[in-house]
Amino acid sequence: MEEKVVEIRGLEKSFGDLDVLKGVDLDLYKGENLVVLGKSGSGKSVLIKIMVGLLKQDSGSMHVLGKEVSKLKTRELNELRLRIGFSFQNSALYDSMTVRENMEFPLVRNIKNLTKKEITMKIEGLLDSVGLPQSINQMPSELSGGQKKRIGVARTLILEPEIMLYDEPTAGLDPITCGEINTLIKQVREEYNTSSIVITHDLTCAKDTGDRMAVLLDGQFDAVGTFEEVFPQAEDKRIKSFYDYNFINS
Amino acid sequence: MTEKAEDRKPLLSKKIDKFFTGLADAWNFVRRFFKEVFVPPYEFKEIIHQCYRIGVESLPLISLTGFIVGIVFTNQSRPSLSEFGATSWLPSLISIAVVRAMGPLVTALIAAGKVGSSIGAEIGSMKVTEQIDAMEVSATNPFNFLVVTRVIATTLMIPMLVMYTDFVALMGSFLSVSANEKVSLVTFFVQVFESISFLDIISSVLKSILFGFTIGIVGCYKGYNSSKGTEGVGRAANAAVVMAMFLIFIEELLVLQIVNAIRAF
Repeated sequence: MEEKVVEIRGLEKSFGDLDVLKGVDLDLYKGENLVVLGKSGSGKSVLIKIMVGLLKQDSGSMHVLGKEVSKLKTRELNELRLRIGFSFQNSALYDSMTVRENMEFPLVRNIKNLTKKEITMKIEGLLDSVGLPQSINQMPSELSGGQKKRIGVARTLILEPEIMLYDEPTAGLDPITCGEINTLIKQVREEYNTSSIVITHDLTCAKDTGDRMAVLLDGQFDAVGTFEEVFPQAEDKRIKSFYDYNFINS
Repeated sequence: MTEKAEDRKPLLSKKIDKFFTGLADAWNFVRRFFKEVFVPPYEFKEIIHQCYRIGVESLPLISLTGFIVGIVFTNQSRPSLSEFGATSWLPSLISIAVVRAMGPLVTALIAAGKVGSSIGAEIGSMKVTEQIDAMEVSATNPFNFLVVTRVIATTLMIPMLVMYTDFVALMGSFLSVSANEKVSLVTFFVQVFESISFLDIISSVLKSILFGFTIGIVGCYKGYNSSKGTEGVGRAANAAVVMAMFLIFIEELLVLQIVNAIRAF
């Protein structure tokens, strides 16, 4: 039996009168890359924000690495957050800090007694692995969209998380850079043994990076399975149009 | 947590509910500051950085404004005093006005415009670009790093800026007095120090601490609770200035009443 690192049951979340998640069930297994697809505003990002305690569910359960997120106290939640890496849609680099300071920020506040040399080695090693060793002293404003995404991923990897959450990793990027980001996502899993959830509406990214797909429609997962199981022969019109738009129209 | 007042269901009419939930949120924000200010980690490096930004980088504007205020107030007061042949009282009059009210008020209003708006816009922009969420998910405390440091910095630096403004305004005043009444620097400052009391200085410093705290906490609160993208950032910056200025005047009024009561006692 494969080990579950995330187990979601009957998760519900609404904002005012708008019901976003209506009883979501989902599992993430150790070492797998799970892609969550859905229209804009379908609640994909809400789902992973609940996972790291940025939002609270209205009902249902969300077990991450064996812990029910909504029941954790601040200290316990922070301990869990150290085991989860969150790559934001817009990278969310701290724009008043250099790349080095961006990467130092979570490291020095969470891991004590590191020498300056150790910190520099760790940062340089990660920048090497995302292919941007030269940008260590640059400001985020001097980086391209793709470079920001890479640095954002490197910053989350500095705490060596067990689970990676990617929120729209290829949004707003050109096809070549998208390909590079997809390669990076796969490389992260291999090098750091992470389990990942990739939130996207880019089917190329999904096909390239995901072991399993989960399509979120009307607040619930409509189809879950491998790419071949979910898409090419989809009977649901909405899933079919998703596939057609990505692989025929574009 | 990113859940805000508008996510809750209204109990009374929407506007009244919004007002009271906003008030409760603001109160909780202030309470959270006093709770977290004593909790490690202490971000000394960031506090010093903010002190530099708020204090040193405000000096040119404060210097110019203070100097002009000193000259203008002296020149405006001279005709009235000269009617009674009392222009020799100018240093006393100016020193009392500057130390008791104008120095703290002018400095606080300028700082509310320059510092308050910058804090509101900076934190607001961090909020809408998810930088605050990024801090939170990396198990660091964004409130401690962003809010506590900035509020401490404004609370420390505004009193220093006020003392500096007082000095610069008095120098401006001296320039005008010496040009018209031929008074030496020593005579001018002897008259200044004879006119102001210990209570004036203490109340001015305490008031400035209050103003500094207000500018910092309002700027941070507005920025921390901004929403709706770039429009929200602009609104946060604007609201930070307007709210801080409004509160500064209210506080000035309250402190004046208290000091007058102490003086009468």
